[in-house]
Amino acid sequence: MGGFLVQILNGLQYGLMLFLISSGLTLIFGVMGVINLAHGSLFMIGAYLAYVVARTTGEFWLALPAAIIGGLVFGAVLERGLFQRFRHREHLDQVLLTFALILLFEEARAALIDNQFHAVPVPALLDFSVPVIGGFAYSAYRLAVLGICLVVAAGMVAFIGYTRVGAAIRAAAENPEIVDLLGIDARLIHTLVFATGTALAMLAGALAAPLQSVYPGMGDGFLILSFIVVVIGGLGSIAGAFWAALLVGLIDTLGKVYVPQLAGIAVCGLMALVLLWRPTGLFSRA
Amino acid sequence: MRPALEARGLSRRFGGLVAVADVSLELHSGLAHAVIGPNGAGKSTVINLLSGAMRPDEGTIYLNNTEITALPDWRRSRLGIGRSFQRTNLFPAMTVLENARLAAQSVVHGWRLLHGVGEDTLRQALAALEQTGLGPRAAHIAGTLSHGERRLLEIAVVLAANPSVLLLDEPLAGLGPEETAPVVALLQSLSVNYAMLLVEHDMDAVFAVAGHITVMVDGRVLESGTPDAIRDSAAVRDAYLGHRE
Amino acid sequence: MTRLTPRGNLLLCLGAFVLASMPFWASPYAMQLASTALIGAMFALSLQILTGASGLVSLAHAGFFGLGSYTVYLLGHTSIFVSLPAAMLVAGLAAAAIGPLALRTRGFYFLMTTLAFGQMLFFLFHDTPLGGGTDGVFITRPDLIWTVSRAARPVVFLLMNLVALSLMYSGLWWLMGTMFGRALSGIKVNEDRMRAMGHDVQRLKLAAFVVSGGLAGLAGHMAALTDAFVSPDLLDWHHSAEALLMVLLGGIGALHGPILGAFALTLVRELGQAVTERQRLVEGLVILAAVLLLRGGLAGWRKR
Repeated sequence: MGGFLVQILNGLQYGLMLFLISSGLTLIFGVMGVINLAHGSLFMIGAYLAYVVARTTGEFWLALPAAIIGGLVFGAVLERGLFQRFRHREHLDQVLLTFALILLFEEARAALIDNQFHAVPVPALLDFSVPVIGGFAYSAYRLAVLGICLVVAAGMVAFIGYTRVGAAIRAAAENPEIVDLLGIDARLIHTLVFATGTALAMLAGALAAPLQSVYPGMGDGFLILSFIVVVIGGLGSIAGAFWAALLVGLIDTLGKVYVPQLAGIAVCGLMALVLLWRPTGLFSRA
Repeated sequence: MRPALEARGLSRRFGGLVAVADVSLELHSGLAHAVIGPNGAGKSTVINLLSGAMRPDEGTIYLNNTEITALPDWRRSRLGIGRSFQRTNLFPAMTVLENARLAAQSVVHGWRLLHGVGEDTLRQALAALEQTGLGPRAAHIAGTLSHGERRLLEIAVVLAANPSVLLLDEPLAGLGPEETAPVVALLQSLSVNYAMLLVEHDMDAVFAVAGHITVMVDGRVLESGTPDAIRDSAAVRDAYLGHRE
Repeated sequence: MTRLTPRGNLLLCLGAFVLASMPFWASPYAMQLASTALIGAMFALSLQILTGASGLVSLAHAGFFGLGSYTVYLLGHTSIFVSLPAAMLVAGLAAAAIGPLALRTRGFYFLMTTLAFGQMLFFLFHDTPLGGGTDGVFITRPDLIWTVSRAARPVVFLLMNLVALSLMYSGLWWLMGTMFGRALSGIKVNEDRMRAMGHDVQRLKLAAFVVSGGLAGLAGHMAALTDAFVSPDLLDWHHSAEALLMVLLGGIGALHGPILGAFALTLVRELGQAVTERQRLVEGLVILAAVLLLRGGLAGWRKR
């Protein structure tokens, strides 16, 4: 029983991390209409950043603000320098361009760091276990990650739901043409959304580094899953991404533990079922 | 005489906005039924509901006494309901003939699609072009046509699919006075052989073509009757004058 | 999408002739490379009917290719007259099963759902025992009419791939001239109008999806035959992206584009490997160049 609870917690933690990554993706899709296959690479960049920061400063915690700030800056640069120009290009062009970005990011990482698998130590402060039900203990760091993700998720929901900028983003996600009419600077919204999405993905990567270590292509699994989350939850819907991410996280984690051969197939099968029932996603307003 | 197309009690909402409420109308073959009204009256929504581009929240639609409310737009088109668009919606890189041929081809399905374009399809497409006066322009790229010619092509494409009912959404949109006359003449000749619904703002054209007029305001039918009755109606005048303020 | 004029087709025939003459002047390695390019051309060509002709950008395509390859593995030792139709059938059926679901979506959604379905097929062969191993497995080649000596292999496979590609191209050339092909072109330009005109767009798209999938299975079969090796990576979405790249390089506006694109990519890869070890860098730069500079692809080169 305790073992099962541990897996549930793992699933929730994985799901929340997935939410961090997917929320940026769904907003970027919804608001800007841009497809970004390199979103998983941002996760990888955040993780390697955490590795480098932990290795050079010895303080893992510094990696978190580094990932956030670095993500905001990097995202803004990517948006202004690249994605702004390609918003209106054909799907095929966007797919291939962002695919090229994946390759170039991997290559840059190989050149700047290396192609090796690296473990990142859990910060000493949290390197213990918290007793949970029935004699099973749960890693304090994982609990901390759970907590951090929840806080970030709550912050995002509050921001999107209760601030004026958030309202503008919501409006833009639902109806991109309206943004200009409302007198809101659409370009600013785009840069903000993209930068935030990047920062979230990189933060998730940094948090994940001690849990799964850093290695080439680590963002790939999350990329597929986050796409599935966006389809299930509905394009542009934060609430949808949240519940879908939890669901997918749980199914994937439990699947990998109890029926490892079917885990991947099961998640894709879930998406197929949702498509059968609600082609635009569970929470979309279409 | 039985109506070719009949709609009863159509309603449609968009979120909190009521676009169309309890609208009923009939289309008879040989009669042009115009729907007029101020902007936002719901006229385009009515066309969308009749063509199948949208489903009504309430109401039923009959084609020759068969209910078609649940049928998607492409099925209704195959059954004979043709719909033209307010904003020209064609294939600009293809020739005029190819545009019409794609429409004429729509009746072909299943394994017959594996044949090359047949004689009948070609003939049907050319006939539609002749009917609209675009015969000489058949080989020209659609994107190079003048605005007036493109509005004619809009109608030709509908005719090429061999319909019995025509739903025309502002065919005169954006046309200057010289370009309007030939289109009005076309509409007059078409109204003889088809059951036509005409949504238009140009009142001269409406009164020249229509045999029956329905006035819509705020999603509802205000009044429906012969052109003379509508012309003399005080309620209609108030509605228009009121909205002009 | 444009088809070549008879004169253009003549040039293609010339190219085919050059390839067919390779056994007389080329090294076994060069012939193997040509086979790789031909298989890539078949893969990309099968995608063209979906992307170039109908405007559907799909990332599931490698899944169908891989299904074709793995069918050869799963059939064990058999004749090519069994393995070839079986591969196309399996891939086509998978497309027929996935198509109705994936085509409930459009645009980005379609892209994402095809990505996920493609990965589902990848997981099927990567995670379960069905695939024989995560790193791939060697297979017994299907029997041809006569036994092929080791030395003759590069020649025989080169010629077989050439014949297969020629047949595929001719078949698609004919298909695009039928009313079906023209309807697909209409869907690519203005899907909503096609529906309003009375076309059963969903069915047409599904037909294109299934034909495309089946042909990808054919390409996968030829790959298994040529390489005698299958691996789950064949089904990975990166492989799908490569097919899209070949289509883009060659030009989505022309039926013969993918052939040019496949040969161009194979060539660039060979040259790249000679210059540097950083293959991802080469590929990334090639893609950037193709997207930013080559508007209309190699096929559209002369129009500019």
